[in-house]
Amino acid sequence: MTIRIGVVTFPGSLDDQDALRAVSYAGAQAISLWHKDTDLNKVDVVILPGGFSYGDYLRCGAIAKLAPVMTEIITKANQGLPVLGICNGFQVLCESGLLPGVLTRNKGLHFTCRDEKLEVVNNSTLWTKDFETNEKIVIPIKNGEGCYQADKKTLDQLVGNNQIVFKYLDNPNGSLLDIAGITNEKGNVVGLMPHPEHAIDELTGPTNHGLRLFTSVIKNLVGISK
Amino acid sequence: MGRVIVDVTLKSEILDPQGQAVLRALQSQGLKQVADVRQGKTFEITFEGAINKEVLDQVEALASEVLSNPVIENFVIRSYEKES
Repeated sequence: MTIRIGVVTFPGSLDDQDALRAVSYAGAQAISLWHKDTDLNKVDVVILPGGFSYGDYLRCGAIAKLAPVMTEIITKANQGLPVLGICNGFQVLCESGLLPGVLTRNKGLHFTCRDEKLEVVNNSTLWTKDFETNEKIVIPIKNGEGCYQADKKTLDQLVGNNQIVFKYLDNPNGSLLDIAGITNEKGNVVGLMPHPEHAIDELTGPTNHGLRLFTSVIKNLVGISK
Repeated sequence: MGRVIVDVTLKSEILDPQGQAVLRALQSQGLKQVADVRQGKTFEITFEGAINKEVLDQVEALASEVLSNPVIENFVIRSYEKES
């Protein structure tokens, strides 16, 4: 069985090609989806890539959530479709209501581009089964609006339900609770600011740690996950 | 012609680094008494014809779903008729 993983391209997406390549590299069939698509072309998994959809106008991800393709993604995600949002994709997931909270301007106002040390907090999501809990990994970040904020009740829920997936070891942007990535309660939707698609091979990235998000979801779907 | 203005402001508990940078800029220009700056946005929406309750209700719904993010922002709607 070949897993079909779709990567959505919005106007202003930048990392859709790297995400498609990471999907192929991990052993799945990479399918390009377009923001105007109303059908998901029978994909088993959806990735919302990084970039600056619609120029980040209004708020990051706020216009992308209204794209025709998102209607089907939101419906299917609520039914259990595995969805990964990377950077701008994470922002789109928060704006869409698939994940709680919001990403705002980095505390120091700087656009930050560096290799980031992370701790894997939750390895039970569809996207993190190939990691160990408390494992330290390195994946690059590159964003201007990566500061995770939510009200206290939401933060308490994230902690109580073990919905924090990745934490920064050296918080680069003021994110509350050092949050780098979270999941929904079901564990099928994950969003993170770091870019796993840029860390799939040591030849072109700082590590190959990012590849394991893609292999996790693939193994889970073919039924060989732990 | 009618016009609706939607003012979107950050909730008080939300960190606003842009406002902080503007605060420092104002202080550097001699406005020493300034205590805080919060940066928001304003949408001026112009309509063909007069504004009725139906339009205002639609604007209110979209202000909450699109123009603002209720997680971090509040909004206020003002409307007035404009000489065309």
